[in-house]
Amino acid sequence: MDSLDDYQIPYGLMAEFGTPADALHAAEKVRDAGYTRWDVHTPYAVHGMDEAMGLENSQVGWFTFICGLCGFFGGMLMIWYMNSYDYGLPVGGKPNFSPFASFPVAYEMTILLGAFGSLGGMLFLNRLPRLHHPLLKNIRFAEVTHDRFYVVIEADDPKYDEEETHKLLKKTGSKHIELVNE
Amino acid sequence: MADHSASSSVKIAPPPVELEREPLVANQRSISWISDTIANVIEDKTPRWWWVATCISALTSLWLPLCIVHLISTGVGVWGLNHPVAWGWAIVNFVWWIGIGHAGTLISAILFLLRQKWRTSINRAAEAMTIFAVMCAGIFPAIHVGRIWFDWWLFPIPTSNSLWPQFRSPLLWDVFAVSTYFTVSVLFWYMGLIPDLATMRDRFRKVAGKVVEPAARLRNKAAQVFYGLFSLGWTGSNRHWRNYEKAYLLLAGLSTPLVLSVHSIVSFDFAVSQLPGWHTTIFPPYFVAGAVFSGFGMVLTLMIPLRSLYRGMDEIVTTRHLEFMCKVTLTTGSIVGYAYGMEFFIAYYGGNPYELYAFKNRAFGDYNWSYWLMISCNVVSPHLFWIKWCRTTPWFVWIVSIFVNIGMWMERFVIVVTSLHNDFMPGNWGYYSPTWVDVCTYIGTMGFFMTLFLLFCRFLPLIAISEVKGVTPFADPHHPLGGAKH
Repeated sequence: MDSLDDYQIPYGLMAEFGTPADALHAAEKVRDAGYTRWDVHTPYAVHGMDEAMGLENSQVGWFTFICGLCGFFGGMLMIWYMNSYDYGLPVGGKPNFSPFASFPVAYEMTILLGAFGSLGGMLFLNRLPRLHHPLLKNIRFAEVTHDRFYVVIEADDPKYDEEETHKLLKKTGSKHIELVNE
Repeated sequence: MADHSASSSVKIAPPPVELEREPLVANQRSISWISDTIANVIEDKTPRWWWVATCISALTSLWLPLCIVHLISTGVGVWGLNHPVAWGWAIVNFVWWIGIGHAGTLISAILFLLRQKWRTSINRAAEAMTIFAVMCAGIFPAIHVGRIWFDWWLFPIPTSNSLWPQFRSPLLWDVFAVSTYFTVSVLFWYMGLIPDLATMRDRFRKVAGKVVEPAARLRNKAAQVFYGLFSLGWTGSNRHWRNYEKAYLLLAGLSTPLVLSVHSIVSFDFAVSQLPGWHTTIFPPYFVAGAVFSGFGMVLTLMIPLRSLYRGMDEIVTTRHLEFMCKVTLTTGSIVGYAYGMEFFIAYYGGNPYELYAFKNRAFGDYNWSYWLMISCNVVSPHLFWIKWCRTTPWFVWIVSIFVNIGMWMERFVIVVTSLHNDFMPGNWGYYSPTWVDVCTYIGTMGFFMTLFLLFCRFLPLIAISEVKGVTPFADPHHPLGGAKH
């Protein structure tokens, strides 16, 4: 116990790939081996990777839908409250509240809140912003936003075993496998 | 890092001649070349032309505070507005700027839903253009209200008078439409930027050890903090990409009806009134088509110099991209031309003498110069794009794009001024001319717009790095260049 490394908690094993096809096939193998806490990091969204990882459809749509509904009915309610309930504004003998005249504003409110819901939902589901991540300390991993592809299996995966997992990643054809610490 | 030269290690059988298409990124560039080329704009020494252009733009933008202070301290009389023309350059400029914004949203949202992959090369810069154009647009109605210190009455906030805004007025719909448009455009733009900001963060981190000079070290540290903070800890995780792509699709789906509604609502400012020449049902679609037309004009005006000023950009924004943009310009220009004709026809066919007079007056009255300038710029000039040479020669496209910008400004001038200057009775007739304050405020917004755009080019990735990577064959896991083994 003389090196600082001995006190490090492992975060997971990181395997590097040079092409999207290699990363895709590696992901299929990791999926079939039954791992659950693992991920593929890529410079852009790789087509077909969701299937290769066995991921379900994203849930962002619910955030958009609920926020959009709130926007529409919130907008209608706001106009009804302001122009009809709280302080009636008679203009040209028209009704104080009409859903037709209120539609443009309620429509814009739907889109406004729906957009916030989409971005906010995406960030919430991704647990972002996250200003510290073990992988971001690794200088080799910096190539992930450039032209490299990484399969990372986390140490707290129930099936994780440093040797077995290393062997599996080796079998997928990775040229560089590295243990990343917390 | 992969080699930066054109890669030739993988041989692909050429497709049949009739199916052959020019690639979206020329010369089979690798994905590492794409991030290097786009990021180098930020990393390299600031080019001299950038300093010259930014100084000129920033100095020009000083007209804006100068004229606004003069306007507020003196009153709206400093503008050329008077009886009977109470809407002049300010409203023309407002509609012109907001229309320009529409091309950015069309490129980022509608072309995304239509799966037009060529949009990836231009969407970032076009969205930036949208945001800056909407900022310029927003200035005009705010200073046009007369008593600028009551601008906050436009917003639904409880005031000491316990009065609320009047929600049956299209002018209030405009407040909601434009502010929503600006906010959603910023959200969409920022979300697209997140992976590219992460690219910049990682690039500055990779070279941090090699920087020795103290000033350069400080710059590198500042860049790491700035890009690191705004990339929100993006790691390119596929679990993240999955939610990201869905959110991007949803934002595109929300922005599409938004962009169509914004210019429709702007057109309601006119169409809901009772004035001949304004009170027509053709206005919403005609305004939207005109907005996209003028916006593509501005995208071309900005992108053509950029692609030749920055090294390697012409391989990402190729002549094929210019050709596509020219075709959209031609299409929307034809819709606009059709709308001009249809307006005239309905004015004749509708049997309303005032309506017919308003249109005759547009073409042959006191402002006929503006009408025929509009017709020659908007109806005649885009039809040059039927000829392939005209679509593929950058300098020529640039000149036509300037005509489009001028023509669409004239269109709004024709609509706003000609309907007002000859009212129902000859006692209400007059001739409107702008003052130096009108002109200089407009010039000021041009400087403001260009300053923001140049700052954007200098400090943010001006092309969507991750999206352009995604449309190359190297990015496709089912393509031999992406490593697929058949």
